[in-house]
Amino acid sequence: MQALTNRVKQVNRSPMNFWERLYLPAILKGMTITFSHIFKKKPTINYPEEKRPFSPVFRGLHVLNRDEEGRERCTACGLCAVACPAEAITMESAERKPGETDLYREEKYAARYEINMLRCIFCGLCEEACPKDAIYLSETFTPADFTRKKFIYSKEDLLIPNPLTEAEKLAEAKGETV
Amino acid sequence: MQEQQHHIKLPDGSIEKQTTTLNLGPTHPATHGVFQNIVELDGERVVSAEQTVGYIHRAFEKIAERRPLYQITPLTDRMNYCSSPINNMGWHMTCEKLLKIKTPKRVDYLRVIIMELARITDHLICSSVIAVDAGAFTPFLYVMQYRELVYEIYEEICGSRLTTNMGRIGGFERNFSNTAFTKLEKFLTEYPKVLHEFESLLTRNRIFMDRTIGAGPISAERALNYGFTGPNLRAAGVDYDVRIHTPYSSYEDFEFQIPVGTTGDSYDRFLVRNREMWESLSIINQAYKKIQEFKGAEAEVYHADVPEYYLPPKEDVYTKMEALIWHFKIIMGEIDIPPGEVYFSVEGGNGELGFYLVSDGGRTPYRLHFRRPCFIYYQAYSELTKGSMLADAIITMSSLNLIAGEMDA
Repeated sequence: MQALTNRVKQVNRSPMNFWERLYLPAILKGMTITFSHIFKKKPTINYPEEKRPFSPVFRGLHVLNRDEEGRERCTACGLCAVACPAEAITMESAERKPGETDLYREEKYAARYEINMLRCIFCGLCEEACPKDAIYLSETFTPADFTRKKFIYSKEDLLIPNPLTEAEKLAEAKGETV
Repeated sequence: MQEQQHHIKLPDGSIEKQTTTLNLGPTHPATHGVFQNIVELDGERVVSAEQTVGYIHRAFEKIAERRPLYQITPLTDRMNYCSSPINNMGWHMTCEKLLKIKTPKRVDYLRVIIMELARITDHLICSSVIAVDAGAFTPFLYVMQYRELVYEIYEEICGSRLTTNMGRIGGFERNFSNTAFTKLEKFLTEYPKVLHEFESLLTRNRIFMDRTIGAGPISAERALNYGFTGPNLRAAGVDYDVRIHTPYSSYEDFEFQIPVGTTGDSYDRFLVRNREMWESLSIINQAYKKIQEFKGAEAEVYHADVPEYYLPPKEDVYTKMEALIWHFKIIMGEIDIPPGEVYFSVEGGNGELGFYLVSDGGRTPYRLHFRRPCFIYYQAYSELTKGSMLADAIITMSSLNLIAGEMDA
């Protein structure tokens, strides 16, 4: 074949020389390398006891956020459900009643908010779509479970603990205790 | 009586079959993916091989017809999942070609870094899996530790490791953090040693050479007729590389060579991939140097200035009405894409990964076709393995770097 460019570099494919055909030197060389690995630092970690640090932008399990006063931030605009390429998010909106101002930040809120974790592909587009900082992906994995039904996370599963009433739980969820 | 127990009597008129039919796959540890080959064996020799496609067909092209452009990126992740950032970037560049967006130089260089990292991980898997199929598991484990370094860089940039969904139309979703650059430096210093070690374990090892030399050869002419691209074509001796012939993402600014083989057998493919990893390393070094040369405001650029397609910053969305409106418009997919027809290809981990996008002016593509190199390589499989030993057929398969997710799309 005629060369198409002037950047060709032929790979070295010379036939085996005498030492290589002997085969024993190659075995010794390989053994030296593999044995030297015995003394190297172990690259694995003992997972449940030891955990590797995630990057701050890691896309893990979803969290529905609250504001400083413990009110739900979500206003049920539905952008996350629209942006979801896996169609994993379902929501129903409701209007805030006069006595509920300490529960919901805006006049409209999500009465039902479900994420099907078996459909979710953790692409992070819902977080990007949220105009209210109400949903974000945390640094944990979705825990394993036994039935498919349990992977449909409802609003209660997703909501972050209330900073006012459940301060301890919140600290625990953020990994700040012990 | 004893005689009859050993001899099964065939029905009258039936012809005794001289060959064995073997189902290699769809779930077989040696196929590394959902491939099915129905091989006809005469002893240990392959008489013919019939390939089946479609076991993990997910209708990506059809799904893409109902999705706004930004939601198609997660689909491309799942094609060649060994180098998903290349697919992501390729898709974004296709959109940019249709939308006539010009990206700043810094974005191009950042993309080059990511794409070359992805190429290294892709070739790393392929080369080490050839060794696994030849019976040497150790080199695979040694290099996997260093693939982890690359995945940590991805995680630092986009938050995910395998299915990255990295970048947006016009650039990246966020600027690279300092940690990402530190990790990149770590990779650049540590990786050459590992690659040397990997090569010294395999390249001139007699067992490996005996196993791979002459396994699944293809001539340049046949390869071109099949439509081979990428390392598999280069191993056959044709120096075709999309990065040089139709440069994208400022590849023309970089100095690198095209390694080519001669016979197109598994050993050549292995050598070409290994050499390409060195070239990729040199490209990353050059790109990293170029990025460090940016000063002032230029050094913070990570996306093109296209407010119609690139989401406004989150602080503005929370506080300003105008930004919030644009945010809604973009996410809802309410911005019509201009009508047109573009073909764009990148040099993927496996070969020329092409995107053919037809738009009739709606919110979604009218038609989208992915040119997946694996699909094309797999057509040649029966010709490559005809007459070879069964064990060679396995090595041929892994040296073609067939990825089921890409083949079926």
